Amino acid sequence: MRGVETRDWLRDGLRAVAAGLLGIVLAVLNFPLFVLFLVSLVLTPVLGIGLFLLPAVTALIRLRANAARRVAGWHGVAIARPYRPTPAGLAPVGWGRYKHIITDPATWRDFAWLLPGAVGGLMLGVLTLALPAYGVEGIVLLPLWMYLGGEWSGYGVNWPIDSVSEGFLSLPQGAVFLLLGLVVAPHLRRFDALFARVFLAPTRAAELRLRVTQLTVTRSDAVDAQAAELRRIERDLHDGAQARLVSLGMAIGLAEELVERDPETARKLLAEARENSSTALVELRHLVRGIHPPVLAERGLDGAVRALALTMAVPTTVDSDVTGRLETPVESAAYFAVAEALTNVQRHSGANVAYVSMHRTGDLLRLEVGDDGHGGADPMRGTGLAGMERRLAAFDGTMSVSSPPAGPTIVTMELPCASSSPRTMLSSGTD
Amino acid sequence: MRVVIAEDHALLRDGLTRILEAFEFEVVAVVGRGPDVLPTLLECKPDVAVLDVRLPPTFTDEGLQAAIAARRQMPGLPILVLSQHVEPLYARELLSDRRGGVGYLLKDRVGDVAQFVDAVRQVAGGGTMMDPEVVARLLDRSRPLDVLTPREREVLGEMAAGRSNAAIAAKLFITEKAVSKHINNIFTKLGLPVSEDDNRRVLAVLAYLDS
Repeated sequence: MRGVETRDWLRDGLRAVAAGLLGIVLAVLNFPLFVLFLVSLVLTPVLGIGLFLLPAVTALIRLRANAARRVAGWHGVAIARPYRPTPAGLAPVGWGRYKHIITDPATWRDFAWLLPGAVGGLMLGVLTLALPAYGVEGIVLLPLWMYLGGEWSGYGVNWPIDSVSEGFLSLPQGAVFLLLGLVVAPHLRRFDALFARVFLAPTRAAELRLRVTQLTVTRSDAVDAQAAELRRIERDLHDGAQARLVSLGMAIGLAEELVERDPETARKLLAEARENSSTALVELRHLVRGIHPPVLAERGLDGAVRALALTMAVPTTVDSDVTGRLETPVESAAYFAVAEALTNVQRHSGANVAYVSMHRTGDLLRLEVGDDGHGGADPMRGTGLAGMERRLAAFDGTMSVSSPPAGPTIVTMELPCASSSPRTMLSSGTD
Repeated sequence: MRVVIAEDHALLRDGLTRILEAFEFEVVAVVGRGPDVLPTLLECKPDVAVLDVRLPPTFTDEGLQAAIAARRQMPGLPILVLSQHVEPLYARELLSDRRGGVGYLLKDRVGDVAQFVDAVRQVAGGGTMMDPEVVARLLDRSRPLDVLTPREREVLGEMAAGRSNAAIAAKLFITEKAVSKHINNIFTKLGLPVSEDDNRRVLAVLAYLDS
């Protein structure tokens, strides 16, 4: 256990140092971008060059800013993209695009960030590298000194170094500096990310605007999905149970007519009718299960998924700590997402085993469905995965699929949830 | 009597065929797809056709459209339209060519085999059969034909359901003579021209559906 911790700590430190190096490279890019942006603004009245130049430069700046946002994400500082969505059909250059860009406050906030971001990025980057570098120097100093025999002024607390024994002291000092540098590096990176967030995160207004856009999309998807679902139910009833009942009526009716003249045929018709009535019931049960599975109503997500796993042809294990009941719509969305993923496993994966894991951390429900099949599932292809993603989006849920060509396939879904059971238990406890 | 059946559901197709054949109809063609209905009707020229409203490929109202198109090309071709639900709107569209020989029934009615076979025969003979459900839904409306007395509206409803004068008399416990009187009043009040009785009955039903 301890070894793992040490490795994590070392890995984080080394990564942070590498990120510091990357930070320096990226920070340098800010200067030309800053100049280009100014030039394209100034050149706007001159032959309208800016109308073409500015959109291109802005695209580069946004690329750069998005890189900074992503890097910040590595260090646990999430920064959303603040840009206004581009209206459909807007030309890539020209006045319309120009206006769209300069009226977006995010453009100016990006611009305002370029210089401070560059200076901060350089300083913090150098700082991130300096300490470990000094440590490395201390470690290699003595051998180097002995090898070169040159003049070395000093290291750490020994200044200047007068003897070999003092020279030996640079080794432990260097090790301490290196360790210190590796420990401090992730914190410096995090500080850099926080600094970037001041400029690059959406303002409250932009956040709301983004939220409205997102809600508009998910709402329309949810409404579409709802309508499609109702249509499916209507179709299933019309072609299934309803048609069977009609045919049942026909068979019984004809049997009634024939019972005197042709009792043998009448008996056959009645036997058919009985068979049809049980098939109609089976179809109704299937339909009901597709609308809201009774076991989900009775046992909640945990029980319903376990029940589902039992019916899988591919042996499926369920690992779940989701106890108590979730809000009904969330429960249903989660169940159908898992069911859809398992259906895919059954139909397409060629897997020998599959698993479902469901964990709840605070108000986040994390669902994972994996298999050892041949992989290659593509959310862009086919409607199943894309449909799942849209349905989850209505609950602010997300889905990601990892399915390399040789497998395994892992579908991860996250869904915000507020459990309803603690409330229920509290009220029943006080009653 | 030669019949063409259009129904996509295999169970119902078999059921209908079996029932009609048991009652000495000759089923000359059975089709399961919307686009096949019209060519088959034009080719077979049956004495009566029994069509399902909803057929593949679009599962909307192909059967109904085919019925209307067929009657445009072969005026008066007797057609009985079956459906799992009835809409007064569809009934009106079926009757809009103002000719008889049209029926519009819920599929449930097929279960009452004798009555169903009777309905097929009546439609084949130029009668008009509206499902009691259509009639009931129209009677439920808040704006009935104001000019008619309640009794006349009742008689008109029975006419729409395809009942003969005698049958109406029996149902409403009045004499046949009284029925004719009511019907004549209805024709007069609705301003229907003096012509062949059957056609006037269709027009009266249409007026009823249009009200």
